[in-house]
Amino acid sequence: MTRDDVAAVLIDELGRIAPETDASRLDPNAELRDELDIDSMDFLNLVTALSERLKIDIPETDYPRLATFGHAVDYLVQRLGVAA
Amino acid sequence: MPSLGADMEAGTLVEWLKRPGDRVKRGDIVAVVETQKGAIEVDIFEEGVIERWLVEPGTTVPVGTPLALIAGTQSASWAKVSDVAAVPAAPTPLAPSSVEQPTVPGRVRVSPAARRLAAERGVSLDRLTGSGPEGAILYSDIERAAAAEPVPRSTVPKRLDLAEMRRAIAAAMARSKREIPHYYLSTTVDLTRSLAWIDVANATRPPAQRLLLAALLLKAVALALGEAPEFNGFFTAGGFQPGAGIHLGTAIAIRGGGLVAPAIRDADKLALDELMAQLRDLVARARSGALRSSELSDPTITVTNLGERSVETVFGVIYPPQVALVGFGMPVERPWAVSGRVVARRVLTATLAADHRASDGHRGAVFLADIDHRLQSPETL
Repeated sequence: MTRDDVAAVLIDELGRIAPETDASRLDPNAELRDELDIDSMDFLNLVTALSERLKIDIPETDYPRLATFGHAVDYLVQRLGVAA
Repeated sequence: MPSLGADMEAGTLVEWLKRPGDRVKRGDIVAVVETQKGAIEVDIFEEGVIERWLVEPGTTVPVGTPLALIAGTQSASWAKVSDVAAVPAAPTPLAPSSVEQPTVPGRVRVSPAARRLAAERGVSLDRLTGSGPEGAILYSDIERAAAAEPVPRSTVPKRLDLAEMRRAIAAAMARSKREIPHYYLSTTVDLTRSLAWIDVANATRPPAQRLLLAALLLKAVALALGEAPEFNGFFTAGGFQPGAGIHLGTAIAIRGGGLVAPAIRDADKLALDELMAQLRDLVARARSGALRSSELSDPTITVTNLGERSVETVFGVIYPPQVALVGFGMPVERPWAVSGRVVARRVLTATLAADHRASDGHRGAVFLADIDHRLQSPETL
């Protein structure tokens, strides 16, 4: 899985939570919470979906590292041990 | 047609999910109806065998109208759905013990075989023009319509009608502000213990089993209501009627605007994990427009958690005929005095909007204080 694949998975899962937004056009530096109007339940669903799909653990203490799209991809790539 | 709120007068049957001859039991989802709150799944409270439908898909009928006849019960069972709909403001006509197919003036004529096929294929009869005598709808008309619309309705995502939902909210809230003498109380809750407890619990759980603060807040309210029954129930012409159980209406914001508050039933009896699982399921279904009639018909109080939207304090508007609404704001870090020293603590503002016809401020204060108290011992929730 490449970095682009990881980004595609994230875009797909964000699209499920916020179907009316185009997640592929997200500003990578904007806060997901504000940009997509997601609440704590949406965020928990996102983390659940990502951890099941990518088969990685995402501890609660790491949530702040998923705050923006760019940081989230960085974090997931690192957890997966994917070469950038 | 179940009543799903004080202001609901009628609903439209969208589709049947069972067929005549099917055996049904309590909790089975048998139909989908279109209401101001979107498409709602009707779950049944009876056991028996479906004898026949009394209402065709596409038909709009008043609340209380029997929808089907169930053998093995005394009466048309959907009326039972209306009976449990604890919304006393909408009177429920009793179903006669044997119901003849009602004749509706101007109704389209459909052959029984065509009717069956339409039900099987999910073809809506009211949108069809029949090719038979006097416009009667024939079996072949249904076949053509089914071919033209090959996807059964049930697999199409049901969209919420936000304009209808807005009208329903407007009607309920206008009635609330017109009729209910609200009083408001507020207190600040130290969340240190609850948040620390959640952190520890979630550290060893996979995401699918993690808890949110909302689950603890809901459970604390449910348990406190056990000691404060005057906030749990309905105010009707006959005065205050206590709720038969503690069914927490949980305010859920809908993307694009709108709000729905389906019930977590008997929340006081649910273990925290069960309550969290139900909350998760409820939020998902509310947002996809797949709630069940029993969830909308009988909340005995509403809890709203606007803390997600960066506000500290909620001044609630009671959903009639309920008599109280508990609001939680955003957890914030604030200077807090503990044993004569000022420390930084995460706190949250809890508010109560209550109906002064049913309770007084003193009891409200005791109720709010009890919620706070319970959140200081999260292990007991």
